[in-house]
This record gives sequence, structure tokens and C-alpha cells, in this order.
Amino acid sequence: MASNEEILSGLAEIVNEETGLAPEAVELDKSFTDDLDIDSISMMTIVVNAEEKFDVKIPDEEIKNLKTVGDAVSFIAAAQA
Amino acid sequence: MTAVLAQKPLREHTRILGVGASRPGVIVTNEDVCQWIDSSDEWIRQRTGIVTRHRADAATSVVDMAEEAAREALSRAGIEASQLGAVIVATVTSPYATPSAAADLAGRLGASPAPAFDISAACAGYCYGVAQGDALVRSGVADYVLVVGAEKLSDYIDNHERTISFLLGDGAGAVVIGPSETAGIGPSVWGSDGTKWGTISMTHSLLDLRDVALQAEEAPTGEALVAGTEAKLWPTLRQDGQTVFRWAVWEMAKVAKRTLEEAGITADDLSAFIPHQANMRIIDELAKQLKLPGTVAIARDIADAGNTSSASVPLAMHRLLTEQPELSGGLALQIGFGAGLVFGAQVVVLP
Repeated sequence: MASNEEILSGLAEIVNEETGLAPEAVELDKSFTDDLDIDSISMMTIVVNAEEKFDVKIPDEEIKNLKTVGDAVSFIAAAQA
Repeated sequence: MTAVLAQKPLREHTRILGVGASRPGVIVTNEDVCQWIDSSDEWIRQRTGIVTRHRADAATSVVDMAEEAAREALSRAGIEASQLGAVIVATVTSPYATPSAAADLAGRLGASPAPAFDISAACAGYCYGVAQGDALVRSGVADYVLVVGAEKLSDYIDNHERTISFLLGDGAGAVVIGPSETAGIGPSVWGSDGTKWGTISMTHSLLDLRDVALQAEEAPTGEALVAGTEAKLWPTLRQDGQTVFRWAVWEMAKVAKRTLEEAGITADDLSAFIPHQANMRIIDELAKQLKLPGTVAIARDIADAGNTSSASVPLAMHRLLTEQPELSGGLALQIGFGAGLVFGAQVVVLP
């Protein structure tokens, strides 16, 4: 089980690999679409990589609720608990 | 005395003998698309890799395109239509539920009385057809089988919606499958996931259209009713893009890997990768998941042709062989996937 800090840094790595964004730009209050300019296809790639990395399931219908990086961190933390 | 039943002797090997293509002449650019949906050339290229789509004019039918592709495939294979033991057309856009496009095609080609039938497996239709053609030839049921993927998707789109219509083009691709001295078609890995039936679908069924048409016939103002609601009544395609994307990449990567395993080869043995031309991002991500070495030619016909459903794999194969004829004789992994959801894949020796 990972701490919220570990989840955030793991997510930042995944976002960096998919988009090239600097990991430190991936902050809890950032919106994936509005702030980080991540489109729906990249978002799906990030979701699948996050599932693998954190060993959780993120259903398709949940993805639209993950608006900010913080939403994703909370969801992954809860799914791991 | 009991009669002895005769059965056809089995054949060991089959291969694709020739491939043909039909690319209709109406070129639809991203600028054209942006008249219908709020988008930009850059957005469409970045999200899909599509630059143009070929679409057929009103006078050109699914069978017209199928015939052009089939004649080229037969000619390249060096086979006469009269030698065909089956004519299979994969299509979801023939405007007749019956009779089949394949029977019309067989008649036009002079292949009658060869058995002829359509298969409905959307973007996997061509690979489903190859699975059947391979089985028919190996089982001795047929000597040569024509497999065509032909679509006029432009008849079933709504240019103003933005889930799928702007991706789609028209066209046909065809192959002839026949006996071979050496293995030319690896084991087919094919299947379906009906739990995702509605993920790519028509907006509604033809029965919904019938009910309104019948009401219109009975009502004195019928003509006006039908004219005013036609755009909404005509069923058109929709998809849940994000769900389809996840399935098309990560589930299909598993299918592709299994196809290589069953063929007894690895990605390093491939000369070409010919996935269904659904979206450049799917193609790129699949190639990444499969860890294809840089030496493998990756079909990217989608940039020019758009997504042509069942026609996309043979069209992409045709382009690869036209642009890189040295690929002939090499191994290609072909995989189709789409509405159903359904999928089919084989490793084939390129003709």
C-alpha cells in the first residue's frame, strides 16, 4: 500500500511518460483537462498505467469523476485500502 | 451393406495469393469536417492521425467497390472467378438485409454458382473472413476463396456528431486465399465480448424507422412528417470512444500477443504489423505494447483513408505492398476489432 505522496509521485511519473509534462507540474489541485491539457485518449493511457502500477481497478464510468490529480490520488488510495 | 461416406481430403497449408483495393474518389479533408463539427485540423490530426478520408459518391455502392477490389485481387492471384469455391463479403453497410452483397458480387464476377455469403463482424469482418477462407480451403471444401471487406460507411453517419462519424471513410479491400506448399496463414485468434454490445452501435434499429414510416403512410400529413424527421430517424453510428480505446489497446494487445504465440513466432520475426485502422493513437499504443522492433513496417493507411471498418486491414496491406514491395513474402500480423465487440487476428505471409 502506497501513501498519498507515493501515489502522487507515481502518477506524476506516468503523466510525464505519456505527455512529457514535468513531474513537478502534476499537483493535487491541477485539473487533468484544463490545467495539464490531457485529452481523453491520454487520460485512458494514464488510467491503465495507474491500474498496473498501483494494482487497482479504475472502471470506465469512474474516469469522468477523476477531474483533478487529487481526485485520482484519493480514488487510488481508497481502492487500495 | 453399409455405404462408405466420402469426405474431402484435408490440405496442410494455405496462403493469401493476392490482394486488391478500391479507394473511392471523394476526398473529405479535416477542413471539410470542421464545417460540420466544432473542431480543427490540428485537433483531428493530434487525436486521430487522420488527414483525409475517401468517400464514395451517391452512384457508387458497396458492391461496386467490392467488385473493383476483388477483380484486382483475382488478377494478382492469377485466379479466374470461375475457380472460386466461395465468395465472402464482410460488410455492415450493405443497404439490403437480404439478398447478400456477396451473391451480387459473385454474379458480377462470374463466380456463380460458388457459395456466397456476407458476414457481419464490423471492423473484424475481414479477419473473420480470412479465418473462414483458411478453414474452407484447408478442409477441402473450397479450392480458392475470395474474402472482401467492403464498406460505404458514409451512408450510416451523421456528419454533425463527434463520436465516430468524422473518423469514417468508404472503400473495399479483397484477398484470394488458396492452397500452398508452405504455411501462409497462422492460427486465427478470434472472439467476441457481447457484454460491450452497445459500445459501438447504430443509434436505433430499422424497426424504429418502420414504425414511424407506417404512421406516416396512414396519416394524411405523412409526407411532411417523414421529411421533417428523416435525419433523426435514419440510424447512424455512435461509439463510446474512451471505453473502445481501452479495449482496443490493452485487450487487443493480449490478442495480438496470443496470435504471435500460436503462430510460433515473436515480434522480431515480423516484417509488418497491419492493425485495423481505427485511430493512429490506437495503432501507436498497440505497437508500443507489442514492443515491435523498429524494423517492422507499421501500416498507417488511416492518415489517408480514415477508418473504413472491414476494408481497413486489406486496404492497409495493399498500400504497404505498393509502397514497399520488398515486404512480399514476409510475415505480417493482421488484427481487426470493432462493433460487437468482436476481434480476429492472424499472422500471414504477405502475397
